[in-house]
Amino acid sequence: MSLPAAAMQAREAFTACAGWEQRARLLMQWGERLEPLQEAERNEHNRVQGCESLVWLVADQRTPAMAFRATSDARLLRGLLAVLLVRVNGLSAAELATLDLPAWFNELGLGRQLSPSRSNGLNAVLQRMIALAD
Amino acid sequence: MQLTSPWRADFPGILALAAEGQTYLDSAATSQKPQAVLDALQAYYTGGAANVHRAQHLPGDRATRAFEAVRSQVAGWLNAAGSQEIIFTRGTTEAINLLAYGLENHFQAGDEIVISALEHHANLLPWQQLARRRGLTLVVLPLDEHGQIDLTQARQLIGPRTRLLAVSQLSNVLGAWAPLDELLSLGRQHGALTLVDGAQGAVHQRPDVQALNCDFYVFSAHKLYSAEGCGVLYARSAAAQHLQPWQFGGEMVLDCDYQQARFRPLPLGFEAGTPAIGSVLALGAALDYLSCLDPVAVSTHEQALHDALLAGLTQIHGLRLLGSPQLALASFTVDGVHGSDLAHLLSEQGVCVRTGHHCAMPLLKQLGLSGATRVSLGLYNDGGDLQRLFTALDQALELLR
Ligand SMILES: Cc1ncc(COP(=O)(O)O)c(C=O)c1O
Repeated sequence: MSLPAAAMQAREAFTACAGWEQRARLLMQWGERLEPLQEAERNEHNRVQGCESLVWLVADQRTPAMAFRATSDARLLRGLLAVLLVRVNGLSAAELATLDLPAWFNELGLGRQLSPSRSNGLNAVLQRMIALAD
Repeated sequence: MQLTSPWRADFPGILALAAEGQTYLDSAATSQKPQAVLDALQAYYTGGAANVHRAQHLPGDRATRAFEAVRSQVAGWLNAAGSQEIIFTRGTTEAINLLAYGLENHFQAGDEIVISALEHHANLLPWQQLARRRGLTLVVLPLDEHGQIDLTQARQLIGPRTRLLAVSQLSNVLGAWAPLDELLSLGRQHGALTLVDGAQGAVHQRPDVQALNCDFYVFSAHKLYSAEGCGVLYARSAAAQHLQPWQFGGEMVLDCDYQQARFRPLPLGFEAGTPAIGSVLALGAALDYLSCLDPVAVSTHEQALHDALLAGLTQIHGLRLLGSPQLALASFTVDGVHGSDLAHLLSEQGVCVRTGHHCAMPLLKQLGLSGATRVSLGLYNDGGDLQRLFTALDQALELLR
């Protein structure tokens, strides 16, 4: 499976990070690039349950390829959502269901952000994406 | 910072984490264990495990004696009147659930159960659910502006309808001692049963249940430098008569037929199923270890650490403490900074603190917060740990602001 251009760009940028500080700065920059959600879209319906921070996820398109937008009130989480979206957007629902997302986050040096003890909710976002793709 | 802990070297876990670059400041969630506790677990399992109160064979006999010896030891440590007042549970949460089910018939519709606004979910949900099952009223004692239970209002709210008063000794979010003397005496005046949640309190001050003069006292071994799976319910004999068995099975019966059974008295009638034998023995070792420490030296160290923690935190621009912490821990938020961002960057720097609602969601909601960051201390922490925390906080905040 070839990576979308934005995902390649993320991989390049994150693998070049020298340490946690650079990685954090980069995450925050990526977070700023998220396509915004309108005020009205930040509603209970779009809210992903199971995150300690507020996270909203919208599926704009399902076929032929998935197109999600997401945001959060926490900055680093916005960055994590951004690198998630660049990997996921453009996949078909079937590709999304079989995508190895832990591997993707590991590649970026962000693997720990997916651990089950994390309450940031990235895992919950993934589950919600798969459910929305159905 | 000069603060050194003479006990740090007794805790292999804190040393191992430090060697891994991790600064452990989450002891209110669970503690590291001293070598003596690890040795006790090892000795029990390598020496030959056996079930308690069942078998006639030698290892069963040995395990039962050791198990019962810990019960006496716990009774002594708590200054209970006798070991029949000590029930082993799986932890604080189970101990409070035991009470909520065991006392169910003690209540009638319209009776009141009084808790405080700062309770951990463990000392809220069992009572909330009991109140819902039985048509009781759950009364919540409000806090004053310092995060202390408001005694003026408590005097109004604790009254003749109060059948049970259940409050925690030391808040796991605010780090302040509850005014137990006043509260418990209010409860007693009105003939209410009294429960003290000592999950945090027992760790920082040896409890004396007779001096406290409470009917029930509960704590978890894993926060008291011992293993998980073991908790203690102290039930004063006079109050324990109100308890009915709540879990059934195993050796808690005196006599069992297909259609009926008679149950053992306390404590065994409340210990259905195989208990956490290894963890109970480990608790014995933890109490032995703690009893050998100079209590004045421990409390001086803990207070000095806490003073240093507050001194460092209050220098941080925009940092707001929750309440007025006195000991053991401090929770805070930083203006303009999301708790989750702070948690992320502290963990990147190997600082182990907790951000969230700390199992006290109603309290945080009342404070208008979705979460807070909590730093909590054990007797093995030292000035170096705090210095690493402060440095990490500075770095994180510099990045975020
Ligand atoms: C005040 C308080 N009560 C009860 C509990 C529950 O203890 P456990 O999870 O060991 O049952 C805790 C633990 O966080 C606590 O801090």
